[in-house]
Amino acid sequence: MRTVIRNGRIIDPANNRDEMADLWIVDGKIAMPQSNQAETQVEEIDAGGLIVSPGLIDIHVHFREPGFSWKETIESGSRAAAAGGFTTVVCMPNTSPAADSPSTIAWIRNRAAEVACINVLPTGAISKNLAGEELAPIGSLAQAGVVAITDDGHCVQNNEVMRRAVEYARMVGVPVLDHCQDYNLVGNGVVHEGYWSTLLGLPGWPSAGEEAIVARDVLLAECCDHWIHCQHLSAAGSVRLLREARRRGVKISGEVCPHHIALTDESIQNFDTNFKMNPPVRSEQDIDALLEGIADGTIEILASDHAPHAGFEKEVEFDRAPFGIVGLETELGLFLDLLVHKRKVIDLSRLIAMLTANPARLLGLQAGTLSVGAAADVTLIDPEKEWVVEANAFQSVSRNTPFDGWTLKGRAIRTIVRGETVWRV
Amino acid sequence: MPFGWKKNEPQDSRGIEPHHPKIMTHWTRKDLLGLRELSVDEITLVLDTADAFKQVGTREVKKVPALQGKTLINLFIEPSTRTRTSFELAAKRLSADIVNISASASSLTKGETLKDTARVLEANHADIIVLRHSSAGAPQFLASRIGASVINAGDGAHEHPTQGLLDSYTIREKKGSIAGLHVAILGDILFSRVARSNIFALLKLGARVTLVGPSTLVPRAFEQLGVTVSHELEEVLPTADVVNLLRIQHERQRKEYFPGLGEYIRLFGLTKERAKLLKPDCLIMHPGPINRGVEIDSELADGERSVILDQVTNGLAVRMAVLYLCGGVN
Repeated sequence: MRTVIRNGRIIDPANNRDEMADLWIVDGKIAMPQSNQAETQVEEIDAGGLIVSPGLIDIHVHFREPGFSWKETIESGSRAAAAGGFTTVVCMPNTSPAADSPSTIAWIRNRAAEVACINVLPTGAISKNLAGEELAPIGSLAQAGVVAITDDGHCVQNNEVMRRAVEYARMVGVPVLDHCQDYNLVGNGVVHEGYWSTLLGLPGWPSAGEEAIVARDVLLAECCDHWIHCQHLSAAGSVRLLREARRRGVKISGEVCPHHIALTDESIQNFDTNFKMNPPVRSEQDIDALLEGIADGTIEILASDHAPHAGFEKEVEFDRAPFGIVGLETELGLFLDLLVHKRKVIDLSRLIAMLTANPARLLGLQAGTLSVGAAADVTLIDPEKEWVVEANAFQSVSRNTPFDGWTLKGRAIRTIVRGETVWRV
Repeated sequence: MPFGWKKNEPQDSRGIEPHHPKIMTHWTRKDLLGLRELSVDEITLVLDTADAFKQVGTREVKKVPALQGKTLINLFIEPSTRTRTSFELAAKRLSADIVNISASASSLTKGETLKDTARVLEANHADIIVLRHSSAGAPQFLASRIGASVINAGDGAHEHPTQGLLDSYTIREKKGSIAGLHVAILGDILFSRVARSNIFALLKLGARVTLVGPSTLVPRAFEQLGVTVSHELEEVLPTADVVNLLRIQHERQRKEYFPGLGEYIRLFGLTKERAKLLKPDCLIMHPGPINRGVEIDSELADGERSVILDQVTNGLAVRMAVLYLCGGVN
């Protein structure tokens, strides 16, 4: 089976490539340019006016299986990912049971192999049952195929436990992802501590609650000489800490999600729980700092923190609602719209690197490249196409998005996994 | 003659005086969720309407037919005695049918959501729901989902609009007007819905507001709302026209907010000694329940400058006005 994608602009940051060229796919793999042979059929895809990108990677999603399949399944989450242009996603371990044992990892991988139309990669827990007390069997988890360990949704508070986890992870060769939240500082906080929390009387979630753990992670990454990746950064101080540490060569990195640069805490004023996420959306100053961090390379990775919840779970009092929003189907559109078009923080090539080569490098994934011989995971992107977000049309089981009705510029048009088109507009 | 009206009293078809002639605003809100969104004219309209109702309370028969045939539900998800009683009396004096539901007696303890509880009440043709809830924004949540009027009787640390209105009413009644007055609000501001509703109303009505208390309970962030924050009680008291003392909720205060009641009293208690700094005509207010000897000296609470019981009486008139206005929209 041969396919050729013609007339597109190939942007492949892993190979420093940005040129108008045809992309050939043979038997599910990227191939050298082929000569036309009359005897075999060639599928032709016209990518005129489109970007031909390596399949996008999102290293932060919650697919809710096992345990919470009314919110999302591996099957539905995969479709949502494909619709957003993503060919590889990394699932967080806060399922039920938590992904803290090799058998649960095996279950997730088997399930993904059966039902997922994209590559679904599991993470394992740092601590047993995500309780932050005893180490999970990190070596066995690594053997079972996790691409990283994290307690996402939770945060190991005990610095000694975290230190040993990072040391142990270094031994078995998996990076550590951390949800940065100091439980004492954050308390029962539900929104950014600032003007709006003061005005509305909602419990505040101070920036220092994130920054304190980012600082801790800098120290432990240095102490253990191993990668710690700080998830879903929201606060200006976190960017400052990362910038300083990365200049010194500390193995620390961070990711930014669309909502933390698209929304401020002003958006909570109607108590709409689709604006409730953890960490919370913050101030204009925080957005500026995150954008600056993206511009100067302090932040190298973008992700969604796709966190589906059912309508009935979100339709409760603000402080009782679960944190999180779905993100896979709006992620690329928001990043293109905000980072490339409106704020002009980075160009298309940088954006694609932050969604392909950079996350692949962090986690050591065989993905995010259009190198000859690589799996033919390809995303065709129309960076100029204007479209309106329609939550009711989502592939995800859940609808909890604050972006319903937003007009965005730019989106994925076609998603190809191992040479097969799994989704197209 | 029904309802105890004297023949020469002007009355409209619903049994009270027409709106104050000076006020041209018409009430268009089905709900009262907070004071932040009200205009000066709307606040003034409530206070003027309360004037008319206050007079009803002095009559032999304290009842008017304004809400006859309407059903009011007191939905108190968080315990309260005085606010619930005040709303109940207000509703009865307006001739509404009233049902009280407390959290422990409701299906909420069986896991029913607030939305479903409200829909059940609406299916029973409730016209007005008075909601007390521990979650900020719960009244907004309810009001946007049901057709009945929703009156906020206190939501978390967000707003307690009828308390803000009755405090404003009491100040206006005693001082003639609010514009230009210096109002000091003392105590636990951070967790206080009473403080927020007072701040919103008093600033709109032209008062100068100073918040006083420990930095942990009166964070500087409040200055962004247009008030002054002080941690020096002695500096504030001499210029205050009104001192409103909020209850120190020591029974549910986390320990890190202040070291203890002894130190609180030493730094921020309105003692007899400190009261000497007050102007002779300064009003002393407290939304209750009072911790005698903590935020206020016991004798001061009962002294001649104290208007604490006037607040209770006025609360009834203000709540009648609110129920009357919102009930009239639906």
